[in-house]
Amino acid sequence: MEIPYTYKARPDTGLYNAKVGIWLFLASEIMLFGALFSAYILLRVSAPVGFWPDVALAWPRGLLNIPIGTFNTAVLITSSVTVVLAWAALKMNNFARFRVYMVITVLCAFAFLGIKSFEYNDKFSHYVIRLQDGKALTGHIEVDGKHPRFWNFSDQWSVAKLAEQKVAKIKVEMDPERDVHGHVKAHGSHDHEVREVAVSDIVFMGSYTPATHPFFAVYFLITALHGLHVLGGALVLGYFAFPGAKMWKSNPEQFINRIEVGGLFWHFVDLVWIFLFPVVYLL
Amino acid sequence: MSLKAFHIVFVAASVILMAFLSGWSFLAYQETHSTEYLVWSLCAASSVVGLVIYGRFFLRKLRNISFL
Repeated sequence: MEIPYTYKARPDTGLYNAKVGIWLFLASEIMLFGALFSAYILLRVSAPVGFWPDVALAWPRGLLNIPIGTFNTAVLITSSVTVVLAWAALKMNNFARFRVYMVITVLCAFAFLGIKSFEYNDKFSHYVIRLQDGKALTGHIEVDGKHPRFWNFSDQWSVAKLAEQKVAKIKVEMDPERDVHGHVKAHGSHDHEVREVAVSDIVFMGSYTPATHPFFAVYFLITALHGLHVLGGALVLGYFAFPGAKMWKSNPEQFINRIEVGGLFWHFVDLVWIFLFPVVYLL
Repeated sequence: MSLKAFHIVFVAASVILMAFLSGWSFLAYQETHSTEYLVWSLCAASSVVGLVIYGRFFLRKLRNISFL
């Protein structure tokens, strides 16, 4: 028995099955990301007033790299344009152009993920260090001449681990000074100054990872979940561009619908980033 | 809602984001007097114009495709 309306629109709704299905799925996704955005906002508004890192649990500002975030936003906007042009190319019966646009979309997706992993790597080697005298330092650390790396989870340092490994001193490449809004001051007093810090003076140290501050916990949770969506979308669109494209010969109408449904998902993923970028990077 | 309609929503959201980024950068420039922020603000403002032009082009190109 053939399932009806797999590619023809139902006369009463004007929609084919997959389009109803993807919108139901996207509705559940909106609830998922909506809950996470709400968590972010509630954590932020209930954070103590003050300037992080001077006040331990105040909400940090200006920790994320805005040029990189903006570039990634441009990459995702470009990918949304190319995915819709790929769909339009199929509508105009131009399969070769469809494939070119689809390949560009997938390349944009992997460029986004590559840039995001570069940002993650930076955060895993970036530390906040609290000293005995109450001062707090932030910057990239160097232990025994090595920088901690993103993929090596055992390469994360704490005061206890430094003591255990009998490390007496670490180097800290200090962050530039920031004002209360998180903007980098034009000429700070210790731009990229490298300081040696005795381990015996350190009360607490933690990398810019989820365990250190609620900001990093919610930042990594939302961006990693978004990244998984980007990866999933890229795999599906890549499948449509190559192995799945043989349907274009057997059932072009259903193939066009598949591209539309994939494009709807891709637009949703990009729209999440359009909201995520200002909330996490700018505000 | 078809991909065409969702794309229009997406482009509109992108325009709002870029306008916000432009304003945010301009305020940061006023506070810090760093020319980087001013350049950033101008780039974001020009991308607003670019996105609006693209949106009109897109609507013209796909005028025969339904919004449903």
